[in-house]
Amino acid sequence: MVLKAFFPTCCASADSGLLVGRWVPEQNSAVVLAVVHFPFIPIQVKELLAQVQKVSQVHVAVLGTWCHRQQEPKESLGHFLEGLGAIFSHDPWLQLCRERGTRFWSCKAYHQVSTTPDKSIEDQVMLIFYDQRKVLLSWLHPPTVLPDCQAGDTTASAGGLADIFDTVARSEVLFQNNQFDEGPVRLSHWQSEGVEASILVELTKQASGPVCLLLASLLSLLSAVSACRLWKLWPLSFIRRKLSTCEQLQHRLKHLSLIFSTQKAQSPTQLMKKANMLVSVLIDVALGLLLLSWLHNNNRIGQLANALVPVADRVAEELQHLLQWLMGAPAGLKMNRALDQVLGRFFLYHIHLWISYIHLMSPFIEHILWHVGLSACLGMTVALSILSDIIALLTFHIYCFYVYGARLYCLKIYGLSSLWRLFRGKKWNVLRQRVDSCSYDLDQLFIGTLLFTILVFLLPTTALYYLVFTLLRLLVVTVQGMIHLLVDLINSLPLYSLGLRLCRPYRLAAGVKFRVLEQEAGRPLRLLMQGITVLCAFLPL
Amino acid sequence: MEDERSFLDICGGPLTLRRRYYSSYCREFGLSSARLSLRSVTAVTCTVWLVAYGLFTLFENSMILSSAIFITILGLLGYLHFVKIDQETLLIIDSLGIQMTSSYASGKESTTFIEMDKVKDVIVNEAIYMKVIYYLCILLKDPVKPHEISQVVPVFQSTKPRLDCLIEVYRSCQEILARQKATSASP
Repeated sequence: MVLKAFFPTCCASADSGLLVGRWVPEQNSAVVLAVVHFPFIPIQVKELLAQVQKVSQVHVAVLGTWCHRQQEPKESLGHFLEGLGAIFSHDPWLQLCRERGTRFWSCKAYHQVSTTPDKSIEDQVMLIFYDQRKVLLSWLHPPTVLPDCQAGDTTASAGGLADIFDTVARSEVLFQNNQFDEGPVRLSHWQSEGVEASILVELTKQASGPVCLLLASLLSLLSAVSACRLWKLWPLSFIRRKLSTCEQLQHRLKHLSLIFSTQKAQSPTQLMKKANMLVSVLIDVALGLLLLSWLHNNNRIGQLANALVPVADRVAEELQHLLQWLMGAPAGLKMNRALDQVLGRFFLYHIHLWISYIHLMSPFIEHILWHVGLSACLGMTVALSILSDIIALLTFHIYCFYVYGARLYCLKIYGLSSLWRLFRGKKWNVLRQRVDSCSYDLDQLFIGTLLFTILVFLLPTTALYYLVFTLLRLLVVTVQGMIHLLVDLINSLPLYSLGLRLCRPYRLAAGVKFRVLEQEAGRPLRLLMQGITVLCAFLPL
Repeated sequence: MEDERSFLDICGGPLTLRRRYYSSYCREFGLSSARLSLRSVTAVTCTVWLVAYGLFTLFENSMILSSAIFITILGLLGYLHFVKIDQETLLIIDSLGIQMTSSYASGKESTTFIEMDKVKDVIVNEAIYMKVIYYLCILLKDPVKPHEISQVVPVFQSTKPRLDCLIEVYRSCQEILARQKATSASP
């Protein structure tokens, strides 16, 4: 197999020194993590590596030498570097060298079996450059190994490149030494100019502990209250099921308890989920506060309350017109006069009751609206759910009409089907769940046929009422459905992932790609490894 | 080492195969199809604008003309960015993997990389679509059962070369895969 050497791009311009990293024998690849510069004392280097190995469980060792010939070639340096192979023995021993003036590198790999350098091995080394910062930040490595795994189990069966990324990710402690430390050993890696951190992030991390604890306890108290037995009593549980506001509030409570839970996220997908939820809650609250400020400006609530009663009146008037139309000859159809009048008058009286109820409530509407408008500070989704519930309550009479029409129609259809069976001399066998033949008496047949004809001739009237009220109910349901769709959109849009895709695309890397760099015959092949950004891989909903 | 040869695709259009041998274990094959011709762009634009002008004389609404212009521009941009693939490249590196890149006419590149551990074999398969056509595909191993095939990944799906071109690519890939199998079999 070709020997692959993964070399960090930040060390390409570093001074000469020792290569420190991990050797993966299954893939014949050497992952270089840092370069140790001269002067150094071998004992101290070995101590540092042992320390790093103990903390990070990564088998870090000295892999070879790195020579950056910026000045005239020093032959003594060459011999000195070869001599180091005897002090830090590693199989195979790499020698990377970069000439001044050419962009091409030379790599030699020596195996301990042969004492003389085998020139033919040079062709078989492949250099792959990788950006340490991007690999660490893009979470291409598999999730953290559970602590109860064996310490020697570093090659957990994540084969291939995932192993390489895992190595880089777990050697974080090696990257903590930077050039401003007064340590005995001078290292070069992506953080050697100084550990990358931001004050705000560190402060937030310190503050988030107690804040999360406090909020988590508050939220658990709220959840306990909402789950207590009182709510399971009949009227309250029924109202709770029907109102979409309660459902939305519960949904949000669940989200918040997930965000502020004291457990750290186990994997990148969970972290993304939490972040998406947090951003969605924040945007929701921001929109809700905007809505609140708009409502309380210019006495809009008063205007709304004043407009509500006339609108309800108008709807009732339109319904009355519709019923008058049905009681006449709707669309040219001839209805059964008696049934028509009965149904029409029944529904008209219902509307009259409803209107009186609305007029009774009208002095209190403004207060109710004002208090309900305050709930918009809990979020735009809560305000929209309340709007949907208000629409449901205001169109309750349409729902009632639909239920009456549907029940009547249902009864009629059952009656018709049963009498039709009687007409043909058959019967429904409840035990066997099938239609059986049956011999009826003459008087049974007579009455049955009479009733059948009556029902058949009354069918168009009932069917028309059923059709009209079902269509009205569908209209109301469509409007409510659109509002719920909007609420779901706000709840589940992954804005954090979208923002990350726009601003920091390397965080969403879901694969790698290779680019062959300029190459000269006889020199080792050089490749550049980069991440591929994919939006869909990190969209947990 | 680099060389170029011309071939034909399934429909008879011209293709160019560019082979680069970086080393004995790394090869790249780039298949480029014909670029977007000015003639077809002009023909489509003229048709759309003539139809729009006809509708304009019928309805006397200038929105029709501006919307026709918008549609033409957006359609062309969308076609260049999402549909028209100029070049497809296959890069095969022994003991690392196989990488397939598609470059669109607008410069967008979409890359897929498959690690060598997952690759079982590279084969030329035939399909029957009005006539017999051949396509190159990569067979992937099932992680649970290593002797079974879990997925078939076709290569060069937009450029669709004919069998003679595929044979060249197939032979080179098999050389590298044979090396890979020989070195992985020996301890």
